[in-house]
Amino acid sequence: SAQEAPRAAEMEDKVLSPEKAEEAKLKARYPHLGQKPGGSDFLRKRLQKGQKYFDSGDYNMAKAKMKNKQLPTAAPDKTEVTGDHIPTPQDLPQRKPSLVASKLAG
Amino acid sequence: MTPGFGSLIQDVLWCFSQVKGTIDTGVTESDIISTVEFNHTGELLATGDKGGRVVIFQREQESKNQPHRRGEYNVYSTFQSHEPEFDYLKSLEIEEKINKIRWLPQQNAAYFLLSTNDKTVKLWKVSERDKRPEGYNLKDEDGRLRDPSMITVLRVPVLRPMDLMVEATPRRVFANAHTYHINSISVNSDYETYMSADDLRINLWNFEITNQSFNIVDIKPANMEELTEVITAAEFHPHHCNTFVYSSSKGTIRLCDMRAAALCDRHAKFFEEPEDPSNRSFFSEIISSISDVKFSHSGRYIMTRDYLTVKVWDLNMENRPIETYQVHDYLRSKLCSLYENDCIFDKFECVWNGSDSVIMTGSYNNFFRMFDRNTKRDVTLEASRENSKPRAILKPRKVCVGGKRRKDEISVDSLDFSKKILHTAWHPSENIIAVAATNNLYIFQDKVN
Repeated sequence: SAQEAPRAAEMEDKVLSPEKAEEAKLKARYPHLGQKPGGSDFLRKRLQKGQKYFDSGDYNMAKAKMKNKQLPTAAPDKTEVTGDHIPTPQDLPQRKPSLVASKLAG
Repeated sequence: MTPGFGSLIQDVLWCFSQVKGTIDTGVTESDIISTVEFNHTGELLATGDKGGRVVIFQREQESKNQPHRRGEYNVYSTFQSHEPEFDYLKSLEIEEKINKIRWLPQQNAAYFLLSTNDKTVKLWKVSERDKRPEGYNLKDEDGRLRDPSMITVLRVPVLRPMDLMVEATPRRVFANAHTYHINSISVNSDYETYMSADDLRINLWNFEITNQSFNIVDIKPANMEELTEVITAAEFHPHHCNTFVYSSSKGTIRLCDMRAAALCDRHAKFFEEPEDPSNRSFFSEIISSISDVKFSHSGRYIMTRDYLTVKVWDLNMENRPIETYQVHDYLRSKLCSLYENDCIFDKFECVWNGSDSVIMTGSYNNFFRMFDRNTKRDVTLEASRENSKPRAILKPRKVCVGGKRRKDEISVDSLDFSKKILHTAWHPSENIIAVAATNNLYIFQDKVN
């Protein structure tokens, strides 16, 4: 919020396109947002879709932490590429195929 | 009944025809429709959903007794195409969601379609059975074996009519060829091959061979840190079996010719619209990412969809599109919140009508848009249960951008961003459209006088 004041002053100097105004809003909320617009962060996140565990070390660490019932949480920051917390087998929903027929066919 | 050729938007009155699916206050995730596709004659309409299921509708024969009632689509077949999987080696959950369905042209009595999830493409055969053999010698009508020593008379089994049964059987499974997630499949005009495209690679398959495919495009950098763009969609040219296009997350389209080289990493044509660098913002690249690319039926044009626009490109002009249509430009001043709720990454598709004169794409609030390329008129319509009386004419909708809101308009802040129309389909020759609104499928037709 302290960063919003100088930015607001900047905005008054020129007429911003709606897109640039939105960008200023976003940067005010997430000051650490990646310097590269769009870019690799999104692409890497897209390629990693569905990834549950980074590696077996990840998995074993998570199992060890479960003993303390403390799950590590990531910073609520948009630059983080990983998910909310490291999933454990108990967290993963049982993936079963749909046994129910589609309602479109009803 | 006039076909869709040369029809102008203002002459076509779109009417509600049917809606499939249930009215649920809460939507089950697996019921969300993820793809919609008419076959080449428009007789069949297929849908795929997040639960890996395919439902095929067939148009009923038009009755001479009710000439004012156009053929309705009824359920023809439904089957489970894909199931959820877990790749233990890579620790990767593989969704059963059907990303795309593509029909093969009909060559005999059976129908064939390709359906794909993120990793595996399957060829399904859908065939009818309306006769069964009866009067076996060695087994009775229930199938129980008869004691051969008790048989004294021989008879010839005969085929007798039975209630129509439609069976879907998986004929080919094309697996283990994609490290990344499949976004597109496209049947070649030679009817012998097809391609499947993931984020970084495109493979060419022969329908008969499942244990091999040719890699025809590979944009994976040697060092993944240098990754700057991914493949977002790909399609074969409708007539030239050597030509295909693929679009990227940077808003560019590459046209490739398979005669030039086995690996088509070098494009034959490169389509990109120049950008004004002073307009560049954090959002520029994200909203320029192309979510769909479609050849016109004529093969002369390609249409691309990015977050805010639909563009038509002439294959002979690479430096800019020949037409640009604004789908929902009022969202430009909402990009910050659309980024925060991830809507900015929504992948909308686009379609041509049969004569390539009108193009259609979806938007939010269950709105969808049509653009007439000849008259430059456009219309916004809504897929809603409120307009679902039989043959009710759809009223054009309007979004109000600020200032005074008229009675029938809706303001940008009231739009429901959870109601997104990502998938639509247009009948190959008539003015019949299928619109997927989350878990419901709407079918609209033009008014028959």
